[in-house]
Order: sequence, then C-alpha cells, then structure tokens
Amino acid sequence: MSAALPVQPPGAMLPPASDERVRSVGTLRRFLARPEFGSISGAVLVFVLFGLSAGGSGMFSAEGIVNWATVAGFLGVIAVGAALLMIGGEFDLSIGSMIGFAGMMLAIPALYWGWPLWLACLFAFGLSMALGAFNGYLVVKTGLPSFIVTLAFYFILRGLSLALSTMLTGKTILSVNEGHSLRELAAADPVFAALFSGHVLAGLFDQLAHWGWIAARDDGTALAIGVPKVVMWWVLLTLVGAFTLARTRFGNWVLAVGGDANAAKNTGIPVRRVKITLFVLMAACSTLFAVLQVADAGSAAADRGLQKEFEAIIAAVIGGCLLTGGYGSIIGASLGALIFGVVQIGIGYTSIDNNWYRVFLGGMLLVAVLFNNYIRQRVALGRR
Amino acid sequence: MSDHILQLENISKFFGSVIALNGVTLRLKKGEVHCLLGDNGAGKSTLIKTLAGVHRPDKGEYLVDGKPVRFNSPREALDIGIATVYQDLALVPMMSVARNFFMGREPMKKLFGIVPVMDHALAAETATTKLGEMGIKVRDADQIIGTMSGGEKQCLAIARAIHFGARVLILDEPTAALGVKQSVNVLKLINKARERGISVIFITHNVNHAYPIGDSFTLLNRGKSLGTYEKSGVSKDEVLDMMAGGAEMQKLMAELDGVTI
Repeated sequence: MSAALPVQPPGAMLPPASDERVRSVGTLRRFLARPEFGSISGAVLVFVLFGLSAGGSGMFSAEGIVNWATVAGFLGVIAVGAALLMIGGEFDLSIGSMIGFAGMMLAIPALYWGWPLWLACLFAFGLSMALGAFNGYLVVKTGLPSFIVTLAFYFILRGLSLALSTMLTGKTILSVNEGHSLRELAAADPVFAALFSGHVLAGLFDQLAHWGWIAARDDGTALAIGVPKVVMWWVLLTLVGAFTLARTRFGNWVLAVGGDANAAKNTGIPVRRVKITLFVLMAACSTLFAVLQVADAGSAAADRGLQKEFEAIIAAVIGGCLLTGGYGSIIGASLGALIFGVVQIGIGYTSIDNNWYRVFLGGMLLVAVLFNNYIRQRVALGRR
Repeated sequence: MSDHILQLENISKFFGSVIALNGVTLRLKKGEVHCLLGDNGAGKSTLIKTLAGVHRPDKGEYLVDGKPVRFNSPREALDIGIATVYQDLALVPMMSVARNFFMGREPMKKLFGIVPVMDHALAAETATTKLGEMGIKVRDADQIIGTMSGGEKQCLAIARAIHFGARVLILDEPTAALGVKQSVNVLKLINKARERGISVIFITHNVNHAYPIGDSFTLLNRGKSLGTYEKSGVSKDEVLDMMAGGAEMQKLMAELDGVTI
C-alpha cells in the first residue's frame, strides 16, 4: 500500500466540501465492473459467430434452439450450484461422480427393490445431500482445501457407483428389470413425470407449428415438442440463485464468507453453517441433474456425469466467479452454461471439426480468468 | 459501586510454560480513553483477547460494571457491549460499504409481505448517515471497500462497532499502519466516541498517538503492568521512558550522538 500517504497539494488540508477525490465513473466502467460482463460479452460473441457461420443451418430454428438449450440447461443446473459454492469460497470436484452416484441411487431402488419412483427419488436426494453435508463438514472441520477433500470424493463416489451397481445388479447401465423399465415407471408416477420428464408449452409449440411459424411434422404437431423440463429448472434455479445472492441475508453471508471467512466469523456470521449449506445445495443440484438425465435418457449409468465438475466450474468462472471466492454472479454462470451449450451443439451445425470444441472451451476459460483478474484489479479495486 | 465499567484485577494468563500475563490490573473508567502501551511481546495481544472474551484468565478476576464475568466466547462479550476492533478490521474488501457495515447484522424487510430480504436501501442510508455523523464522508454506499484507504477502513470498522451498541471499544493498534493525516482522523473518531460516553481502550506503541487523546495510561512490559498513570500525573517523555525501558534508551541515545525520540 504505497498509497497510504498521498502527497497533498497545498490547500488540500481543508476538509473538502464536496469530495474532490470522487471521480465520476461512467456507465460503461460500471458495466465493465459487473461480474456478469465477461459472460455477457462471451455469449454475444458466440451468438454472433454461430449466427454468421451456421445461421442458415437450422441451428436457430425451434428444434435447434431446444437442442442447445437442453445441453445448456443440464450444465446450468449444476453451474448455479457451483457458482454459489465458489462465491462462498469453496470448490466441489465431486459433482460429476455425484451425478453418476445419484442416478444409481435412483435407479437401483426403483428397479430392483420395488420402491415407488418418488420414494427412490427422495432417497437419492437425501443420500447425496447427506454426502454433500459430510463433504462440507470435512472441509470446515479440518480446514483442508476443498480441492483435496472433494477430490477424494471424486474417486470414492465414482468407485461406489460402479462397485455398488455391479454388486447389487450385476450391471452398470440400468434401464429395465423384470419387465419394468425406468421410462414406464416415470410415466406412471404423476409427480415425478410432472417435475422431471418431458416438456412444457407443447400446446403453444403445436399452435405455432399450426400457424406455420415453426417446423411441423406430417401430423401437424411441432417438430420441437416443447421446452424441456431441464430448461425450466435451469431458468428457475438461476432466478432463485441470483435473487438469493443479491437480496437475502444468506446471500450476504455467502459473499462475506467467501470474501474473508475470518472477517465473517468475527462479525458473527456462522461461517461453517454457511459453507456446509452450500455443499448441500451443490449436491442437490448434482442430484437434480442426475434425476433429469435419468428421466430424459430412460436409464441410469455409473459413468454418467464424467468431467461435469470441470464444465460447471468453467461455466462459473466464465460467469465472473473468482477462484478465491467472494465475488461472482449466478446469472453469469448461467450464461457460461449457455455458451457451452451453443458451442457444443453449434459446432455440429458448422463444417468445423467437432474436436475444436474442447480447444474453444479451454481458450474461453483462459480468456475468462485473465479477464476476471484484470477486472478485479483494475475496475473493482481501482488499482492500476 | 464502582465508577469502573470494566476491570481486570490481578490477571494472569499462561500458555504452557510461557507466562503471557503476570498479575496485570487494568481499570477502565466510564467514558475515558485508556491507553494501553507496550512494546512488542509485552502481552498486549493476550490482554486484548482476554478482554474480548477469546481467552479466559488463569488467575485473577474480570469484572464488568463491578460484577465478575467469565466469557465463553467473543460473542458473549459483544452482547454486553464490549466490542473489539482488531487490526484485520473484519471487513471484506470485495463487498460494498453498506454490506460491510451490516455484515452479520443485516437489516431485513419483507418483500411482498412474505419473502424476507435484506433492506439494501435502509442499509445504504443508515451506513451513510452513521458514518457521516462520525465525520466520515461516504462517497457511495455501494462502493467496494477495497477502494478505500486504510484510515477510512479503520474508521468504518470503529463506526460500525459504535453503531451496534458498543459501550466499551477496544481498539487494537488502530493507527499502526496509517499515515499521519489518517492517524489524526482515527484519533478524532476516538474523541467522538468519548464524547458519546463510550469508554475506549486504545492499544498502541506510539506515544505520540496515545498521549494527546488518552485520559490515563497503563504500561505493559514483559507480561507485567508498570502501573496506571493519569494524564495529569505523567508527561509524555516519562511515558516514553517507561515504555522503552528508560535507562537502556538513555544509554543508546548517548551512543548514537544526537538522536532523540
């Protein structure tokens, strides 16, 4: 802090009437300082790029949009949790393994133990949230970096999914047992179906197809069936998450705990409880991902969710979350997920080789981190 | 019974074989600024933490309003109005002035009559007014703390403690890292606190900061108290002499010809 003793020009000793030390900060600079800025510009860039290169290919038709929105929605569900956790100053590397594990914990009771699907669903949520709490407890109790603790669970949960499903069912991909299929069970369970399977706004889509606004099948129904449930969950979680962070007391605690855990503790914030809650929420998001995936695919597999932890963290970073915690945006993370969806699906609509997808993502991550760092130093903290 | 708001009587604190405090007595009168002076390793930190409820004394008595107390956590001390502002200030740099001011004690309102949310407007307004009353101009309550100077942050932390009902304010080296002008601002704020009837324990090793503002001085050296002096009964040089271990310092100054402090 070389600025501790500013050289005062003569006359500056007088108490200033209006503060001469306030520089008017333009709207542009304020916008640049928002954590969402990186992801907003990234999203615009991606849309422009694909609009130019794949505009005529059907990528922006109703089916195309539903296609990439679904990919974005799945990632968005976990990106919201990952962003909240990251703002609270922690990571979870076990997201992907948790997805595989939770899917199995849904499918095994439903197919092999004869449990009703809703009960199996509650079981999966309960178990993984308890594991999330345990993860969080270990992190706050030992003071070890969450990186190490959740890396352990990255292996433990993946191993458990494979070992338990082999032990209990002899298989690692479950969709049918003794004449019951997951798809049938899901269709027969009104609560489960209403929450997790299928689409909404199908009537509207059919009507739009009827008017000829979007593509129709031969029987007159819309080619794109409707908005997938996962997209609804994504939007819902984003709104709830963003609201929580910005407006609620818990949100303030998350920012404080991630910004400086010691300071938060000294002002009476229950730091441990906040962190554990964030781990539990993260586990709930992972389980929601798993349940939606089972409903969508009609099967559960022990190797589901591979590398999802990285994608979720990348989405959060693109969304302006600092790796050190205390700063970031839920909307930004959601836009990060959107960028993922658009790029992953969009590349298939262009003539570009699919393998460039990962190159693009890595590059995007690097740019986002550099940009976030720059913004924090330059704009938010006003350093040069 | 006593006009002391807070008393440490013959306090000792041991950490294993280390005697951190050895029979220290400190009596804080209502509404005074009591300076606690001592060099590094004198036991100031242990004494502060004992006052703040972090440590429990191994020997001796801690009295508040004449009644013995035993705090199990800093929270309990805070609840009866003993607030400590540590050197790290308990501020989060990436959060706004208003959010920091109300950290852990957020003002709430109901959105649509049901959803409990933080009242950001009230927080910003209260933070600006309260800080203004203590002579700190807040440029923008949404400004991020990281952009503020060290002195402003120190003042904010002190003002926050006062706003949340501190009767006793324990300030741990509030001027240590500050420039001249910023130190003066902090001293002014301490004076404002005294005018409001708040009793202050001001920990420092800078006699030049302590002497102008202090009403009485307690000197610590190697875990022991060298006694408490009223301002009327002691001069600045005498305080300095005691702190620096007088004779030694005289010798050194004789060796380094022409050096004075």
